[in-house]
Amino acid sequence: MAKNVPGVLGSFEHIDAACDAIRGLKAAGHDDLTVYSAAPNHELEAAIGDKISPVRMWTLIGGLTGCTAGFAMTIWMAREWPLLVGGKPIAAIPAFVVLGFELTILVGSLTTVAGIIILSMMRSLKGRPFDPRFSDDRIGVFVPCSPDKAAAVERTLTDAGSVEVLRDA
Amino acid sequence: MAVIAHDPSRPTQTHAEVTRDVLKSITDKPTTGYYILVAVMAFLTLVLFATVTAELKYGLGIAGYAPPVMWSVYITTFVFWVGIGHAGTLISAILFLFRSPWRTAVYRSTEAMTVFAVMTAALFPIIHIGREWVFYWLIPYPNQRYLWPNFKSPLMWDVFAISTYLTVSSTFLMIGLVPDIAAVRDNVSGWKKKVYGALSLGWTGADSQWRHYTRAYLYLAALATPLVLSVHSVVSWDFASSIVPGWHGTIFAPYFVAGAIYSGVGMVFTLIIPLRKVLKFEHMITDYHFDNLGKLTLFVGTILFYAYAMEYFVAWYSGSTFEQVTFFRRALGPNWWAGWSMIICNAFVSQLLWFRKIRTNMTSLFVISIFINIGMWFERYVIVVSSLTNDYVPYAWGQINPTFADWFLLAGSFGWFGLWFALFYKNFPIVAIQELKELIPMPRRKLDGGAH
Repeated sequence: MAKNVPGVLGSFEHIDAACDAIRGLKAAGHDDLTVYSAAPNHELEAAIGDKISPVRMWTLIGGLTGCTAGFAMTIWMAREWPLLVGGKPIAAIPAFVVLGFELTILVGSLTTVAGIIILSMMRSLKGRPFDPRFSDDRIGVFVPCSPDKAAAVERTLTDAGSVEVLRDA
Repeated sequence: MAVIAHDPSRPTQTHAEVTRDVLKSITDKPTTGYYILVAVMAFLTLVLFATVTAELKYGLGIAGYAPPVMWSVYITTFVFWVGIGHAGTLISAILFLFRSPWRTAVYRSTEAMTVFAVMTAALFPIIHIGREWVFYWLIPYPNQRYLWPNFKSPLMWDVFAISTYLTVSSTFLMIGLVPDIAAVRDNVSGWKKKVYGALSLGWTGADSQWRHYTRAYLYLAALATPLVLSVHSVVSWDFASSIVPGWHGTIFAPYFVAGAIYSGVGMVFTLIIPLRKVLKFEHMITDYHFDNLGKLTLFVGTILFYAYAMEYFVAWYSGSTFEQVTFFRRALGPNWWAGWSMIICNAFVSQLLWFRKIRTNMTSLFVISIFINIGMWFERYVIVVSSLTNDYVPYAWGQINPTFADWFLLAGSFGWFGLWFALFYKNFPIVAIQELKELIPMPRRKLDGGAH
């Protein structure tokens, strides 16, 4: 078991309250927040203020790799085992567009999925508390902090409108 | 605060009610009816595998293949099932990109339908090979004979199109499922919690997860959109790049894609009309959703109507005797019953959906959906079989009569598909919990409107 990360977990029923708390905590210098929600939400995203996910680079690079691989594979294989069909060139590019296209989609999708998994794992959530109600209708805000700062964090969360605050410090 | 008329795309429940209502289908004990359904589907699946075993022993002859018709019910059924899949991806990916909120309540069931339909379809080319144990020859791999597949063949394109489609649509389904499986995990106990916990891949709904997830989902949808249009185009080129009269048409790709979506929406109706009754989801999948699905069916059905008319017109206008004879025989030859079934069930029955009363009446929609399923199977039968029966030389004309093996495999394919679908809807959220929640505004403390 991973060691628990010391900090305070606030639970919210109201979206505006959670956003107020996040903005207040950010202003107080707590940048390493973990915000749990059952569904993606634009207001939360705006309050957290992260940059757009770099997963799009994974899609782009995967797609380009797939496209190159599709054309390279078909052209190379056609030349390696030359089959003369209907007087067409050995490496008949129009016919190979289909393969190039399919592999663009295939590799692009698979690297996108790998992107979600790897990028999400880069920020470890080990030892951070989670409450099953966060996958239902509550929003959770976890603030890692040392015991001496916990009281101030608790106050920020309660003032913003947290319905339940747990200290694990 | 002004009172705004209720937006029908927006669910009426709260977040907690969505979780409760959807998960009820998983946590409730299965009824006797469910066990009977699974038993029937499992029996039909056994019929499928028994027939395949018989074919392995006695050869493809038991399917009645004889020159000139070497493609028959197997290929018909293959195209039928691939087509079914297309509506699922259209609803889950294309309508996602177009931001159609009505897709949300139905997309999970249609996406599951896609995956299982493609899994069913993929069996048939392999069964049709006859020597199933060497199907891997289709995949390019370094071998001691220094042979490579012929990539100029549309059949090779098909191998890549179908396997890409199966991979991407299953990935899309599974990625969409992860947050919902996490919701199931948090609401069950015991060994089930362990299983769903493992399947949820450590999902907690943390901001660091949503951030990548929502973007990636968008790109997956963007990749799946051209894919769905390409797959049935490639299937159509299996036919159109040959010179067989009745197959050699430039209209084939859009004609097949429209037909695929039409048949798929038909299957969506067949599945979700009983499903929503059994699971008591009437408040989530409403008349509004069926009305929109009905309009979609009408739209693609009308494209099909046009394509059918155009096929006959072009056959006549081309001045090619062979095309003309093929189409004359399609309407008035020995397979006239199949030709007319296709035109009546697809082109004409779909036109009933102009009426809103019909689009929102479950009985009429269900009956229409059965016509669509039958009609679209016949469409493929007509295209595959009736074109092959009359080649260029009348001396080489022939007929085929489907045998017991054909019918057993067709029935078995419904069992195989139905078994997967039945197991899926009882064990996984059949309505997308997190996407429904995204449509429902969260409660606020202050009534100041917020950022949106």
